[in-house]
Formats: sequence, structure tokens, C-alpha cells
Amino acid sequence: MKVVLENLTKRFPNRNKKIKEDVIAVNKFSFEIPDGKLIGLLGPSGCGKSTTLNMISGLEKPTEGKIFFGDDDVTTVPAEHRGVGLVFQNYALYPHLTVRQNILFPLQNLKGKDKLTKEQMDEKADEAAKLVQIFELMDRKPSELSGGQQQRVAIARALVKMPKILLLDEPLSNLDARLRLQTREELKRIQTKTGITTIFVTHDQEEAMSICDLIVVMKDGLLQQIGKPQDVYDDPKNLFVAKFLGTPAINTFDGEIKDGVLFIGEDAVLKMDGVTDQKVHVGIRPEGFIPDENGPFKCDLKAYEVMGRDSSIISSHDGMTSTQIRAIISSDIHVNTDGGKVSFALKPHKVHIFSKETEERIYLG
Amino acid sequence: MEKKDFKGWLYLLPAILFLGLFMVYPLIDVVIYSVEEGYNFASQSFFGYGVYNFSYVLHDPFFMQAIKNTFIIVIITVPLSTLIALLISLGLNSIKPLRDLYQTVFFLPYVTNTLAVGLVFMILFKKTAYSDGLINLIINFFGHESIDFIDGPYAAKMFVMCFYTIWIVLPFKILILTSALASVPQTYYNAAKVDGTSKFRIFYKITLPMISPMISYLIITGFIGAFKAYSDEVAIFGTNLNAAGMNTIVGYVYDMLYGNSGGYPSYASAASLILFAIVFTITVINLMVSRKNV
Repeated sequence: MKVVLENLTKRFPNRNKKIKEDVIAVNKFSFEIPDGKLIGLLGPSGCGKSTTLNMISGLEKPTEGKIFFGDDDVTTVPAEHRGVGLVFQNYALYPHLTVRQNILFPLQNLKGKDKLTKEQMDEKADEAAKLVQIFELMDRKPSELSGGQQQRVAIARALVKMPKILLLDEPLSNLDARLRLQTREELKRIQTKTGITTIFVTHDQEEAMSICDLIVVMKDGLLQQIGKPQDVYDDPKNLFVAKFLGTPAINTFDGEIKDGVLFIGEDAVLKMDGVTDQKVHVGIRPEGFIPDENGPFKCDLKAYEVMGRDSSIISSHDGMTSTQIRAIISSDIHVNTDGGKVSFALKPHKVHIFSKETEERIYLG
Repeated sequence: MEKKDFKGWLYLLPAILFLGLFMVYPLIDVVIYSVEEGYNFASQSFFGYGVYNFSYVLHDPFFMQAIKNTFIIVIITVPLSTLIALLISLGLNSIKPLRDLYQTVFFLPYVTNTLAVGLVFMILFKKTAYSDGLINLIINFFGHESIDFIDGPYAAKMFVMCFYTIWIVLPFKILILTSALASVPQTYYNAAKVDGTSKFRIFYKITLPMISPMISYLIITGFIGAFKAYSDEVAIFGTNLNAAGMNTIVGYVYDMLYGNSGGYPSYASAASLILFAIVFTITVINLMVSRKNV
């Protein structure tokens, strides 16, 4: 089922009563989530992504705007009638119930014509448990499970009633690094298998990039960019998106366009046709550097880290606005580290320029 | 190792000394008193050891009356007060405006002196030369004859007694239950809501199990407290509880020690040991039941 948000806005009264202005958690949000896709709501903490999720689930009422599930306007429908499955950050498994009872809980709520017999319920619970591979843990209490197992139970509980939409609020943040990696693939597998439209909130861009069909980047309650992960990475609309996506992070510089050439400091690093002369923010992806002794971009070498598959050259430059410059290159390439200097040529499609005032992307003409 | 052990005991000494002197020794003394037959308080002498004191107490009609009264009070007030407290707490938890005010109002009886409350109840219920009491005015208004709640029929007296007991124990229970309710994490309710759980089912399946440790605590302490009831009875019916037929076990023990017919520590000890046995049994049963369900 597709989900459409229309001008969705949420304002909270300010905690500090002296300040009359409301806190705007979500500001005029409009986008469409296609049916059967896995969507990542991505942004730094406090950007309004959980609030958005809560509004979609019905736990929070929007101040303005509308929410559609398919063609139905569900803005005023209470949470209990929306038919969404929600997995909470801390899982919210009922501690006094066994895993089976937890998974059965949503089914036992069904009334009227939807009411299931005991056998049907057990069958569905077993099915959901098998899907998330916790079938052998059915008689345990949540406190007897590991974090990853609890997480699976929470997903099973959200899936068992076959929700129209599955919502996940930072589902992986309580897991350790290895388990997180494993679980996010699991999540993708489950989503693909069930085909349920899934919205997934995270502050970890790597998590979102790796499994989502579409990512929605948010900042301060405002939608920044929406698109396929690779597209957003390759083609960021503004400096924030460019900085937020990618590990290691993009390297940023103060630059200037003069006569169709991009200068960083004294170095004329790249030809840029069709851009009027102005001062700009420059972002260069770590993989956008080519070590070249005759390259135009001359940096002071700080360190050379070999990490097997590839290596990092850490350097600095007068024009940089990030704390250091990290260039990632293949280990096959030999870099002359003598003399404390290193020069690069740049890959044009890995270099983005942004307006000094608006921080919006400047596209080449 | 041994030196360390010695040090540990040294640190414990003050506590052990006080506990021994004021708890363990009196306990043992009570047991000794209870088996000393024909103990004379003045001469500190007795005939011999035996179970006559227990047999005397158990055959004393006043004691049997006290047992009956105590059990009625316990059986009526403990479940009823816990239930009412739960309902009030749920109400307090679900209203937003003026919650602090309501909480204060419901907590007031807790900080009010027992005897002052007793006086208020006298005004409500007691028949005097001038008035039949506030409650009787209401009863009269509905065209019924006045009932003498303080010196009248047993059922009327017991009604006042239970009413009073429930009223006096409510604030503490409300306090405990409201904080227990407030400590149930909101995410459980959110999760249940998203899953379309009805209000009743949320209460029955989530709230109740989550606060059940507190409820069982209240029931156990409620039983113990109600079995030891005495001052509440005095507050309403005065010190001569035997004459009013409203004595309790603790009241009986007190009377045997210091009352008009007092000076019988052996009988008092036997009665208090019987009370101890009752409370102990009930508490063990309570714990066994709650361990199964909580």
C-alpha cells in the first residue's frame, strides 16, 4: 500500500513558557512512498523523523496536513484502526508474556468478522516466528532473550497481523555492530519476502543506504532530499545532504570560481564551465582523489593508512573546512610519501559545489 | 580470614545489641510467658509449665468475639480498600486538569490523626441528645428510621468500623498504586494501541500484570495491618471494646495486660502468639498465591 504525506506539519508548544513560538518538529512534509518499498527516513537526532513515524502510525496527531494510505485519508483515524505494525526502538515487548503470547497479542485483539480461531492464531504466530527465525524461542520470556532475538520478536509481533504498513523506529540502534549488520540484511530479506511497505527510521546513513529502496533525508523538520540511495549520494541537492551521506564523510573546502575554473586556495583544481564567478563551498568525496605527482591540488601529507583493500591518505590544505582531508585510493596505487607533500588530480563527478549563501548545489551549465 | 570475620561482627554489634534487646528477647519472653501457668505479676511466681493459657484464651467468649470481629474487618476491608484504591488511582492517572489537587485531597486522611478522624466519624454517625448524626439525617430524609451506629445493632457497628478502616487505609494504597501506574512505560501502551487493543484488555493484560507486584505488596501488608487493628476501634467505640462487642485480637491482648481486668501477661502472651500464628499462615498463603501469579 502506498503512503502519501501532504503538507504534514507537527508543532509542539515550547517547553520554555517564556518563548511563545512553537517548536516545529516536522515542517510541511510532502512525499509519496510507493507500494511495497523499503523506505529509510534519515537524519540527525532531533530532525523530526520519529515524529513523522508517529504521525503515520497515528500515535501523534498532525497539526496540519494529511496522510493517505492508498487512496484513503487516514489523518483522523486513530492508531488502533490504521492497521499498521510498529516496531519500537526499545522493542516494547510485554515482559510478563512469553514470546508466543507476545506474538499472539495483536491477533487476540481482532473482533467481529476478523476474529480468528485458536488454531488459526497459532498457525499465524508460528508462521511469523519462522519468518524471523525465532521458532525455537516461543516459550521464553523476553528477559531470557538477547537483544537481537528480542528485536526479531518485536518484528514478528508487528508482522503477525499482516499490517498494511510496517514502521520501524530505529530498530537496530540497540544492537551491537556485528548483529546490526546481520539484522539489517535480515530486515531486507523479510521485507522483500512479505512485500509490505516498510518505513524505517534511522540516524545511521550507512544502515539506510545499504538496505533501503528509497531514502528520505531530513534536517530540522524539513525534507532535504528523497531518492534512491546511490542517486542521493552521487547527486546531493545541498551541502547538508552531501555531508550527511557517506563514510568517511565528504571533504569540504572554501573555494572560488574564477573564469570557469574552480580554485581552492591558490590551486586551480578543476575546470567548471558555465558557472558564474563566485565564492562557493566545495565538497570532494574521499574516492574522488587521484594521486598524481603533477596534479593541480597540492596538499600537506599528514598520514598514510593502509587498510588492506584500500588505503587512506590523510592530508591538509589551507582551503579546507573539514578537520582533515581523507582520500581513499586503491592499495595498488603507489604513493610517494617522501617530502611531506602530496598532489592529486580530481574526478570531476566526485566534486560538488554549493552556493556560499544558500548551501544549495550549483549545477554545471 | 578469621580476623576479618571478627571485624564484621564488631561492626554489626550495635545493631545486633539493639535488635536482641528490644526484639529477640521480648519475643522469647512472650513465648515463655505463654507457657507459664498461673503466673502472678506481683510475686513473679507461677505453678508450672503447660498449655492452659492457650486453652483459657481460646475458651474465653471475649476472645472468640475479638477473633470474629478481626476476621470480618480483614475479609471486608482488605479486598474492598485495595479495589477502591485501584479504581481511584486509575481515575487519577487518566485525568489531567487538577490532578495534583485531587492527589492531595485523597492523601489528606493519611496525615490526619486517627483520633481526629474518629471524632469526625462520631459526628457523622453518633446519636446524641441533640442530634442523631449526619448520616441519620440523610437516612431520615429518605423516610427511614434512625439507626444507632455506635451503640446499636452489631451489623450497624461493623458497618461503621469497616467504613472507617477502608477510609483510613485508602490514601496509602492510592499513593502506592498511582506511582506504580505512572511507572508503567508509555511504550507498552503505544504498542498496544497500534495493535488495536481495547481499553479493557490493555488494563487487564498490560496494566494489571505490570503493577501486580505492588498490588500483592498492598494485599499482604493490608492483611497484616488489618489483623493488628486496634486504635481505629478505640477511636470510634472508646476503650471498653469488650462491652461494645467490638474488640479485636490486639485489643484483647491490651486489655489482658493493662485493661480494667488486666494484669495477666500469660493470657496476653498466649493471645498474641495465636495472632502471630494466624498472620503468619495468611502471609505464607498470600506469598504462595502471588508467586504463582505475579
